[in-house]
Amino acid sequence: MAQFLNRLRLGRGLVLLLCGVYFFVPLGASVYFSVDDHHGSVTFDAYTSLLSAPGFLDALYLSLELAAATVVLLLVLLVPALLAARLGAPKLRPVIEVVCSMPLVVPVVALTTGIVGVLRWGPEYLADTPIFQTLVAIQNPQFPVVLLIAYVLMALPFAYRALDGGLRSVDVVTLVEAARSCGASWPRAVFSVVLPNLRSALLSASVLTVALVLGEFTTASILGFQPFSVWINAYGKTDGQMSVAVSILSLLIVWVVLLMLSVLGGRSRKAARS
Amino acid sequence: MTTAPTPVPTPAAVGTNGGGGTPGTATPATPAAPTATRRRRGGRAWLGALPLLVFFAIGFGLPAVAIAIGAFTTSSDAPDGGGHFTMANLSDSLQGAYLTALLGSVKLSALTALIGTAIGLPLAQAVATSRFKFVRETVLAGSGVLANFGGVPLAFMFVATLGNAGEVTTSLGLKQYGWSLYTFNGLAIVYLYFLIPLMILTITPALEGLRVQWREAAYNNGATVFQYWRHVALPVLLPSLLGGYVLLFGASFAAYATAEAMVGSSIPLISMQIGDALSGNVLVGQGNLALALGLDMIVVACLVMAIYLPLQRRSAKWLSS
Repeated sequence: MAQFLNRLRLGRGLVLLLCGVYFFVPLGASVYFSVDDHHGSVTFDAYTSLLSAPGFLDALYLSLELAAATVVLLLVLLVPALLAARLGAPKLRPVIEVVCSMPLVVPVVALTTGIVGVLRWGPEYLADTPIFQTLVAIQNPQFPVVLLIAYVLMALPFAYRALDGGLRSVDVVTLVEAARSCGASWPRAVFSVVLPNLRSALLSASVLTVALVLGEFTTASILGFQPFSVWINAYGKTDGQMSVAVSILSLLIVWVVLLMLSVLGGRSRKAARS
Repeated sequence: MTTAPTPVPTPAAVGTNGGGGTPGTATPATPAAPTATRRRRGGRAWLGALPLLVFFAIGFGLPAVAIAIGAFTTSSDAPDGGGHFTMANLSDSLQGAYLTALLGSVKLSALTALIGTAIGLPLAQAVATSRFKFVRETVLAGSGVLANFGGVPLAFMFVATLGNAGEVTTSLGLKQYGWSLYTFNGLAIVYLYFLIPLMILTITPALEGLRVQWREAAYNNGATVFQYWRHVALPVLLPSLLGGYVLLFGASFAAYATAEAMVGSSIPLISMQIGDALSGNVLVGQGNLALALGLDMIVVACLVMAIYLPLQRRSAKWLSS
């Protein structure tokens, strides 16, 4: 029996070791690749020349703009809906849950197909109507509103989960009733009582959304816009070393985002307990 | 709003209701007032959700309608002017190169999900039962990072590692053994990089739900390790395992960016074909073929969800009891 247990423990170590190799070798090799100058020494050119690469700042700027707009629009749409479902219309809750889960079921490529289908209606059927002008306007490459719509849809499931979790730990009904009985108006009850209590949920929904928008590739690439991820792909074909450097940076960004989320989560859990 | 948020029942109303008095004694106004208040509040509350619902109807509903209509009508560049009902798009999307791509996607997803499950389960078990809290937390945190990591950066990292000029390829001389990353197998290896962590994240709660008492009871009754897994642990884990498999299948099936950045459309995958078709890479008159392909993909994704949701409910029931 003891021998068997030893073998079991050995087996576990082996499993962990093999997986460690599988998961760390690509990381290490990529870091090495990005600093290797092929003459046996180390260079950080790939990281330093990033800022001056053609189109890098434009693409990054577009991505950041889209991320900010997505967060704002998402919260403006989602927070009132969730509060309404909690406060006055419980029948809305399953409806909102279904609405917020649908984008998770449909693959992004398929959603993009549908968007392209809608955009095609413009020249085909609506050429003389103001709707056509609208369809043209939302495809402005300076600020593609169509991507904003797609990103809000894609982020809905994640933001919904974060906010719903936050609302679960706060008794919104009691809070609002207390504020109202103290004579607060509705906007005041929402803005200075409910929302501060949801701070960490709002923050984690925003952080998740920003991470999603910065990494999104499919829709932007198919629709022909050039935010950050599409730029990396295009530029990576010419400068392999720099593209790997950017990939490592983006892995670090994901890591930092998740670290922030777990810190936020830990703090809110502590707050709920005390 | 002019009325108080909570309708507080007057003592008189409580008295009549609590006493279960005859219906005639209660004045009709007292019970009517709260109902009216509630209804008015419900009406206002709907307004709060209205922007979201309208946005969803436009942003999600219109594309869905576009797919539903487009998949069954001829496209505008067709000889007959377009807009006529046809099944040709759908039948074309299930033939020839497109059928190969759909099957390729299903095959890749089924295979990677199977390997991901088979590797993820023992790994998660090794981690969940580890004596060191540090190992557990590090692996779970790392899994969170890698499961969310994907797309273009993942592709580039693997190109740097195992690509034609990758560090590992050159230092081990893998090329002379016929190694190439840009194949079906290469893509599977890359996909596993985020699928295995996803499996660990999915299955760990279920593994932690396995009671120590069950194992002790089994051993006390003379069961071997194998018998314990065969008759106790696996049956309990089965819904979670199948659910995890389906989730991995879905993630792998919907992936686009990694394959696009790494192999382009040289490997037949349905998502690549859709991307190609949307970029106008199809014959004249087949503009709506992409929409039919999108419909195929949605059907598969819906099947996946139809399997996943009941399984998830069943495993949740086991773990909470």
